[in-house]
Amino acid sequence: MIRPILAILAVAAPFAVSQARAGDALEETLRGLASPDGEVVERTLKTLAEQGDVSVVPSLEALCDDRLRVGSDGAVYFTAAHERILRNPISGAVLAPQPVGVHDVEINNQIRRQALPVLAQLKLHSPSDSVRLAAAQELEERGSDETAPLLRAALHDEKVAKVHNAMALALARMDLQSPDPEQQLAGLAVARTLGTPSLRGELKRLAAPGAGNERARKEATQALEVIASRQRLVDLVGALFHGLSLGSILLLAALGLAVTFGLLGVINMAHGEMLMLGAYTTYAVQIAFERWFPGAVRFYLVAAVPLSFLTTLFAGVVLERTIIRFLYGRPLETLLATWGISLVLIQTVRLLFGAQNVAVANPAWLEGGVEIAYGLVLPYNRIAVIVFATVVTLVVWLLLQRTRLGLQVRAVTQNRSMASCMGIATSRIDMWMFGLGSGIAGLGGVALSQIGNVGPELGQTYIIDSFMVVVLGGVGRLAGTIVASSGLGILNKILEPFAGAVLGKIVVLAFIILFIQRRPQGIFTLKGRIEA
Amino acid sequence: MLAQARQRLLEMHGPRAWAALLSASTLVLLLLPLSNGVFAPSSVLHLPDYLVPLLGKFLCFGIAALAMDLIWGFAGILSLGHGLFFALGGYAMGMYLMRSIAGEGVYRSALPDFMVFLDWKTLPWYWWGFDSFPLAMAMAVVGPGLLAFVFGYFAFRSKIKGVYFSIVTQALTYAAMLLFFQNSAGFGGNNGLTDFKRMLGFPLHSPTTRLALFVASGIALLLTYVACRYIVTSKLGRVLTAIRDAELKARFCGYESTHYKLFVWTFSAVLCALAGALYVPQVGIINPSEMQPSNSIEMAIWVAVGGRGSLAGAVLGAWLINGGKSWLTAALPSVWLYVLGALFIVVTLFLPKGLAGAWSKVKLMRKRRT
Repeated sequence: MIRPILAILAVAAPFAVSQARAGDALEETLRGLASPDGEVVERTLKTLAEQGDVSVVPSLEALCDDRLRVGSDGAVYFTAAHERILRNPISGAVLAPQPVGVHDVEINNQIRRQALPVLAQLKLHSPSDSVRLAAAQELEERGSDETAPLLRAALHDEKVAKVHNAMALALARMDLQSPDPEQQLAGLAVARTLGTPSLRGELKRLAAPGAGNERARKEATQALEVIASRQRLVDLVGALFHGLSLGSILLLAALGLAVTFGLLGVINMAHGEMLMLGAYTTYAVQIAFERWFPGAVRFYLVAAVPLSFLTTLFAGVVLERTIIRFLYGRPLETLLATWGISLVLIQTVRLLFGAQNVAVANPAWLEGGVEIAYGLVLPYNRIAVIVFATVVTLVVWLLLQRTRLGLQVRAVTQNRSMASCMGIATSRIDMWMFGLGSGIAGLGGVALSQIGNVGPELGQTYIIDSFMVVVLGGVGRLAGTIVASSGLGILNKILEPFAGAVLGKIVVLAFIILFIQRRPQGIFTLKGRIEA
Repeated sequence: MLAQARQRLLEMHGPRAWAALLSASTLVLLLLPLSNGVFAPSSVLHLPDYLVPLLGKFLCFGIAALAMDLIWGFAGILSLGHGLFFALGGYAMGMYLMRSIAGEGVYRSALPDFMVFLDWKTLPWYWWGFDSFPLAMAMAVVGPGLLAFVFGYFAFRSKIKGVYFSIVTQALTYAAMLLFFQNSAGFGGNNGLTDFKRMLGFPLHSPTTRLALFVASGIALLLTYVACRYIVTSKLGRVLTAIRDAELKARFCGYESTHYKLFVWTFSAVLCALAGALYVPQVGIINPSEMQPSNSIEMAIWVAVGGRGSLAGAVLGAWLINGGKSWLTAALPSVWLYVLGALFIVVTLFLPKGLAGAWSKVKLMRKRRT
């Protein structure tokens, strides 16, 4: 009689009801966990393991942590860690009204020993990659002999490379820790192929003189070497990557500097402050979004990029019109005047935003990174900076090479009076290029705010490096600026591990001073024009 | 012989200018010390003790300004590295002062305290000989001079000039600052050298020693001024000016501009180092922040305000700006940077020849009227 009704129900409301039914059935099964009879509990655990349903994981975890509760009717609940609120054992939902007359489920260590492998097994077969990964990592930390076969089975079925590696690593650690020489050798083979530094402790123990097995010692020594050389490679790639992202910032800072120096022959000491202004504009935009569009904070960068560009472009144009243009032909005086400007800008920002660094947060989509090898994470924000700098450089290149304005700029750079004779409004070109150079620096500030500190003195820390880029790369040539900035960035980061950040910087500076002995005009020079 | 010397002196200055210099020297070297030493503290004429090292500091800045003017005003080379030479001279003096109190530090060790702190057992080789005053003073001059010579040799040889030279000297200073910030460099790291007690056996905190240092700085400034004046009125000075205004033409006339520039650059660095060496015992500390790029640029603005190419103007500029700084950073700290920034802008825009230029313009106008 009941069966047909159930069948009808199953057809009529297929999903919700069957789900609920399954949940109910599971809840029924879970009641066995609260039984005072150890054998019942054991049988229940076995059933759960056979069913392989991941939704009981929270209850099992609660059981092991003494957080499982049982009501007077035999129904089980659990509480989250450090909480007292009762939750549904399957969904984890808070129960309302809270059941009364509930007491703790008491278990002994024997049951706990049986529950842990079941838990591990369930987690290792969970459909979610992250749960499996977490389980593997947990087993690596405190795996036991009982879990090893489970892990081996899970490893066999695992398809996702990352989880597979984590499982293999956990197994390898167990193997290395086992006293059995065969198992040790198996673990060593895996350790060698994986080449992860986290196994170094175990390997060193095996490689230590007098640590039992001769073969294992040899293999362990070899594995250690493999790991060390792999680590060197990882460090090198990491340094290259960091250098490239630093170089990208330098590129954005130096691009405007090189263009204005080539065009106007002035050194703009306030150029670093344009970076700072760009970074602070980013900060202001972030604050504005938090206050007025809290829902769209994720996208504040999208608004910050054009706003920073416009702010610094405007600042640059104003500076050029009011101060710089009266100083053309007097480069040393310009240097001093622009230094004065930078002091004023720094002090103004300090008064407006305070002398402390401000916190510019990465939007969620720039957080984290991609792990391309064990221990080598390329953060998204740095990748974004490199891409951003590339795009900006490309745009500037197109602007200089493919537009009418660019043609005029190049003409003025080559021969100002001739260009003027040909009807080019050189003064206007000066103004726009100064503004553009500042604007690019502002974009550099946006990029910088994503990977570095934002404070009033930010510009001062980058200005000397970007001058070095200009000195090294020569003026008026994008290629020189690109090569010099990425080269300096990478050189800085590669020297850091050997010589320390400071000595690395000194070596770089010494290198530049020696370099310009041979090529005073920089790496790439425009031929035939620059006077000796 | 005597007539020749007289002739040369008159080439350097007219009689009225000599008289002005004499009276200024009398004021600094005689009247101020008298006012501090003889008059009772309650008297109006008494120069308070705390002002003595401050004014002594200004005298040292005056020497640095002269050095800066010599190289920038007369040879047209804007150095942004003079803060480095100043600090190096100061470090040499500081090292002597540290060595002279060996065994009296907090740790009662023969090594300076910071070395004990770093757990160093022996003195690094570059500290050898600094317990002797003459040797230390020789190093204060030879060290920076040698650095300037080597750097200048490479820079001038490869025709680095104009803003390029400025930037590279700035980078040099910056690199040196980073180096000195390192504890392992052996110069006391962040804190630098401080807690000095005695110089040549005289306690540094006593008013008499301070007064003596003040007078010594005054004499050094006077001698530096005369030496600089001697150079700029000599044939060497004329060649330097020629190089400043038209280097190619000077070269075509047969003057090897590199040699001239190298000489004046090294001499200027040595003067700056001397100023630094006199500065340190009066302020009682030397640390790497003296090498900040901003310090070197500030030296340029002293000269710019006073007037490039006018030695007296440069000294006056240094005094004016540092006086203003001492007063404003105490009275209105947030305004000082605005004032300094505005000075940089206004002077370059409206007073390209500084106060000295404005003064001569006023004189010229008065002459025309009469």
